[in-house]
Amino acid sequence: MDHNTPILAVDDLTISYRVGGRWLRAVHDIHLRVQAGEIVGLVGESGSGKSTVATGVMRFLPPNGRIEPGSRLALLGDELAGRSRREMQRIWGARMAFVPQNPATALNPSLKVGEQIAEIVRHHQGLDRRAARARAVEALRRVNLADAARLANRYPHELSGGMQQRVAIAMALSTSPQLLVLDEPTTSLDVTTEAIILDLVRTLIAEEGAGAIYVTHNLGVVAQLCNRVTVLYAGEIMEEAPVRALFERPLHPYTIGLIQSMPRLGQTKEHATLPTIPGLPPSLAEMPPGCVFEPRCPLAIPICRTKPPLDAPDGERRVRCHRWGEIARGEVTLQTSVEDGIEAPAGTRPGLLHVDGLTKHFPVRRSLKQILRGIHPRPVRAVDGVNLSIQQGKTLGLVGESGSGKTTLARVIIGLEDRTAGTITLLGADVPGTVHDRARETLAQLQMVFQNPQDSLNPYLTVGQALSRPLIRLAGMNREQAAAETRRLLEAVNLSADYAHRYPGELSGGEKQRVAIARAFASNPALILCDEPVSSLDVSVQAAVLNLLARLQAERDTSYLFISHDLAVVGYLADYVAVMYLGELFEVGYAAELFHPPFHPYTEALVSAIPQPNPDRPTARIRLTDDIPSPRNIPTGCRFHTRCPRKIGAICETEVPPWRDDGDEHYIKCHIPLDELAALQRGVAMDDGA
Amino acid sequence: MSRFLARRLLFLIFTLFLTTVIVFLLTRVLPGDVARVLLGRDASPAAVEAKREELGLNDPLVVQYVNWAVDFVRGDWGQTFTSPRQDIRTIVAERLVNSGRLAFLTLLIALPLAITLGVIAGLTEGKLSDSVISVLSLSVVSLPEFVTGLFLINTVALRWRDNPIANTLGWFPASSAIRPDLSFREALPALWLPAIAATLVLMAYIVRLVRAGVIEELKKDYVRTAVLKGLPYRTVIVKHVLRNALLPTVTVIATSSGWLISGMVVIESVFSYPGLGRLLINTAINNRDLPLIQAIVAVTVVIILLANFAADLLYALLNPRIRLE
Repeated sequence: MDHNTPILAVDDLTISYRVGGRWLRAVHDIHLRVQAGEIVGLVGESGSGKSTVATGVMRFLPPNGRIEPGSRLALLGDELAGRSRREMQRIWGARMAFVPQNPATALNPSLKVGEQIAEIVRHHQGLDRRAARARAVEALRRVNLADAARLANRYPHELSGGMQQRVAIAMALSTSPQLLVLDEPTTSLDVTTEAIILDLVRTLIAEEGAGAIYVTHNLGVVAQLCNRVTVLYAGEIMEEAPVRALFERPLHPYTIGLIQSMPRLGQTKEHATLPTIPGLPPSLAEMPPGCVFEPRCPLAIPICRTKPPLDAPDGERRVRCHRWGEIARGEVTLQTSVEDGIEAPAGTRPGLLHVDGLTKHFPVRRSLKQILRGIHPRPVRAVDGVNLSIQQGKTLGLVGESGSGKTTLARVIIGLEDRTAGTITLLGADVPGTVHDRARETLAQLQMVFQNPQDSLNPYLTVGQALSRPLIRLAGMNREQAAAETRRLLEAVNLSADYAHRYPGELSGGEKQRVAIARAFASNPALILCDEPVSSLDVSVQAAVLNLLARLQAERDTSYLFISHDLAVVGYLADYVAVMYLGELFEVGYAAELFHPPFHPYTEALVSAIPQPNPDRPTARIRLTDDIPSPRNIPTGCRFHTRCPRKIGAICETEVPPWRDDGDEHYIKCHIPLDELAALQRGVAMDDGA
Repeated sequence: MSRFLARRLLFLIFTLFLTTVIVFLLTRVLPGDVARVLLGRDASPAAVEAKREELGLNDPLVVQYVNWAVDFVRGDWGQTFTSPRQDIRTIVAERLVNSGRLAFLTLLIALPLAITLGVIAGLTEGKLSDSVISVLSLSVVSLPEFVTGLFLINTVALRWRDNPIANTLGWFPASSAIRPDLSFREALPALWLPAIAATLVLMAYIVRLVRAGVIEELKKDYVRTAVLKGLPYRTVIVKHVLRNALLPTVTVIATSSGWLISGMVVIESVFSYPGLGRLLINTAINNRDLPLIQAIVAVTVVIILLANFAADLLYALLNPRIRLE
């Protein structure tokens, strides 16, 4: 093996799936090189084949998948493509390891985590029980898990998501494999936890000198972590380049479209609509004969009906496009359908919804001993005295980690949960506890769009039936009126009228979310609560849905409470932003100011954890290392003091911080005066200066 | 874990109380005067009244229950109504031992067999072996017990009667009527056929459950993790999959304990086996022998509850996720 042999060399990799008796090509003609110490990003939207490539490289395809003859797959010069499963067992876990997407399900629930690591080294390195256990503890220590020896005796469900993912990484690295395949390992994690995992992966790969393939849909993660990037679309490589070159000078129209459709920090709906990629990816059974991206490509010309070769513009990069030369020379630019921004009514509007002292505590069941001793266990304080108001026609963004109480707050406002204390007033009228107590008019005024349209649409109702129900029940229409209005609603969300006869199962994720939005608008509500409405969607689809929400708001003067963990998305759509932590608000202000100091230290940590799609702007070094405390056991004083990077002393632990006002409707709840905060955070402006 | 144990124990005591109350009340609210049943139709009202007084039937229900429960716990289960009057505890205990032996042997055959078949079927889902196992176990369970019982007598017992080896061993007699004073080893030859008949009933259920468990667990992400650790197939299946797939089986064994102890009346009848089920149906219920019914039902209830309690504990021991709560 000579020194320059790449860790992984993939050539002409083609993988097919047997679907309904036919072999369909899922990925085609893939080339990959991974050098020692290098992280290669594999990006693409759902259906692009990125996971198929990853599992194909691992030689772990589902039973209906096969690697076609002629594919070459070499790990340090050793050909893997033709190996039997028995031979692969000697390579899996020892020379190549896999880090799964969802650590909660990827760890065996009934084995202690230490044993799940120890069994690998016992098997591959023949260590005895004690030595293997010591190695497992060592592996846990390497991924920065405190108290590794005790942790090794815990079961997976006793750990937080971030800890579980660190265990999975420790597991993969325990035998010092040559290649690591990471399949969206941070997708299910909070942005703060994601930042820590990314730091960890970066350091460990560098230390180990291993190669890594990092599969993700998130361009920000790629920019922050990877050395090289391969962009996949419909099972083919569109473009491959060093990370900096890819983001600075993308050559493929698909790459350009992807990068543009991500909202940048600081970009708002007033600037411009987000560029989108029209259309849908092709299905495996109906691949376009020419360039696979041609049907959706704004630059398509007749020659694009023929298959473009995978060209090499220079030694470093490859691109599969007939027109990359013209793009590189600037002779054509991508005419994406960017329209002017939304003209939001300036200034303060009359208030619509006021929430005052809203509190939701979930009681914890008392144990027998507690009943006998008359002890009341501390409740889960999910929402703990929140005041906020939303103006007519405006959007209030609500951000915070999972466990901060965002969703509970929305569920209490919409009336799915009864509140413990506090008042809600809508247009000056008091809104009672749950939907059962509310008047029909109130129900019509308040609507909600849920995170996952898969689960929130009844699979047995057609789109038309789903839309006409709120029209008939809440808006008091008769059937004919409802049918006509259904058509108008579908048009408003950019779906043709014949969608009324389809079932949710026949729609794509983006289309389902459009239907869910249309349903929310059906009763002509004053306020729509959007709970992570775009987080399950692909980037290009997400952009279209965000544009739609912005346009509908401007047309109908509807207010939104927009919950998201993605600060760039919130910054784009919202007028005001509230930052929530452990059931309380910590910062309220204009969305446009969100990315400029002074921040609340928690906001600062959230903002600096965002992986930005810009390799030259590494994320700031503020990390929240601990997990969010339990809402049953809320810290005294400032709730954030246990994790605060800017804690000033005992006062933070004992006294509840005051709200501070910078005189411009920007409120921060912190013991540090705002000018001092601003001074501490100078130079942390996080947007691209848009 | 100790909190879990304490909670389950408290739950056990409460259900025990509740079920015994129901058992007690059942016999009291049934139509027909016990005293009159006892004395016969021609007894004078005065004699009946005297008998009621003697039996304590005129006391308040609470007193009757407490008396009955205290006697039951002390082992004084009274005598049968029907003559010849016998000590209930002696005959129930004798039958209980017989039923316990049969249940034990049944589980000893059924569990390893059903689990093995279920695991094979689950691992080869959709393939020939899965279809064969699934179809066979389903068709066996759909046959009534007396059919399988008679079939076994006809094919095994009668054919083997003249076989010298079977004769020496004494195995597979057509009638399993055994004397009460036999030891388990001595009784064993007569137990095989009824145990096999019971196995056939129980097996299909367990096979399907294990099969479903294995198929479900195989789909889980942690199996992929284990395979991609490079562990041998056997380790992946035995250590990772079965640990989780067999959990529901524990509960099923507990729930079938009631049937095994006192529900096998058909099988017992076919093989003339002196078990608790036959005592309950043929003797106690046919004769409306209330104290006997009460004693058998109470014993069965206690066994079912204890079996479920044991299953809960075992389940918690095997499943760390339960222990937390």
